[in-house]
Amino acid sequence: MTEIFLPRSLEGLWDIQDGYPEAAVYAGGTDLLVRLRSGLEKPSCLVCLERIEALKGVHESAQEIVIGAATTHSQILESPVIKQHFPILTKGVSVLGSPPIRHMGTIGGNIVTASPAGDSLPPLYVLEAEVEIRLKNSSRRAALADFILGPGEVDLKGGEILTKILLKRSPRWTIHHYEKVGRRKAQACAVASMAALLQVSQTGRIERARLAWGSVGPTVVISREVEEKLVGQPMSLEIFKSVSDVVKKAVSPIDDIRAGAEYRRTVAAALVQRLAEYGPWP
Amino acid sequence: MEIDAPTDRRVVDLLREDLLLTGTKESCGAGDCGACTILVDGETRLSCLMLAAQLEGRDILTIEGLSRDGALHPVQNAFVEHGAVQCGFCTPGMALASVDLLNRNPDPTREEIRDALAGNLCRCTGYQKIVDSVEIAAVALRSKAGS
Repeated sequence: MTEIFLPRSLEGLWDIQDGYPEAAVYAGGTDLLVRLRSGLEKPSCLVCLERIEALKGVHESAQEIVIGAATTHSQILESPVIKQHFPILTKGVSVLGSPPIRHMGTIGGNIVTASPAGDSLPPLYVLEAEVEIRLKNSSRRAALADFILGPGEVDLKGGEILTKILLKRSPRWTIHHYEKVGRRKAQACAVASMAALLQVSQTGRIERARLAWGSVGPTVVISREVEEKLVGQPMSLEIFKSVSDVVKKAVSPIDDIRAGAEYRRTVAAALVQRLAEYGPWP
Repeated sequence: MEIDAPTDRRVVDLLREDLLLTGTKESCGAGDCGACTILVDGETRLSCLMLAAQLEGRDILTIEGLSRDGALHPVQNAFVEHGAVQCGFCTPGMALASVDLLNRNPDPTREEIRDALAGNLCRCTGYQKIVDSVEIAAVALRSKAGS
């Protein structure tokens, strides 16, 4: 039998980690329990974070908005604060898995699982999210883009826990966009996805752009080159088509059971063209 | 209620094999199909992806507990009367996901019903009748609440 701990507080968690440094940590369990069942992991004991209040909820401070790492996707979807400030995150999470998966899975779990297809990740990349990582007696902050190292690989060392996701308010974005292309509408990993934040002037010129693609590289892909090419341009289909070659070079997809690499490149470029549907402007 | 079980027993095994509550089904065992859906504190959860220890102090509802005093729940009645049950394997999960939806949203659109049931697969592909039945159950529940 694998022992399972359900600490109620971070203090309780640190005590367990002192006694069982080899414990595997999970929150929603929607990834770890699948891996346990298929025998890919055999931890001697488990720590479930779902009852630690300090890791839950969406909180506003003067400078930033803080999401506890064990906040479920459903709680993020229902949060008026997230809807108001970061509708792109609401859009991303709304197509993640299915209702029961969203009731169980957490944003911290989506980050630590670090799947290139994680639906919260492209929105968090364009929002330039930071994460807080804690040990018993220390804490550090890192940019999400530096924290995620590769597929399934994050910068967590020796008992460190992801505790918070921190987002800066930025009221200037005009367009919050997320689109996912999968084999089915629901309950399917992205074949390719794209998050985009655009700031558009009253005359219809793109003033700032942030784009990030999921499922087309080992981690979320961003391209400063694409963003720079869009700035100063009108919101037209021609402009969004004109960056297709740059997008196709920026991404590095693989062939897998869901799609071929070449198809993914085509979809990654096509997803940019969808932004023309917000135009013409004004 | 108190039960003795290994802490790492999957909830679906605890329900089906230890408690003989076989209304909850298992199909994929990986969170993709929704056959093992139960309600935990009123929310749909997948019992194949939960361990027994996680149930401590929670309010659990399986399909066996949905009827009251021998009378089927309005969702169950609508499923029976309007052809939402074909082979029946997805039905417990579909019914509980429908109950969760109607508790949150008593007057859903067809689109909202489809979204709410997106995690439950019906391999008989009887989705239209299921969506119809949830709409009918919603009407019944609203008139019951209003009376």
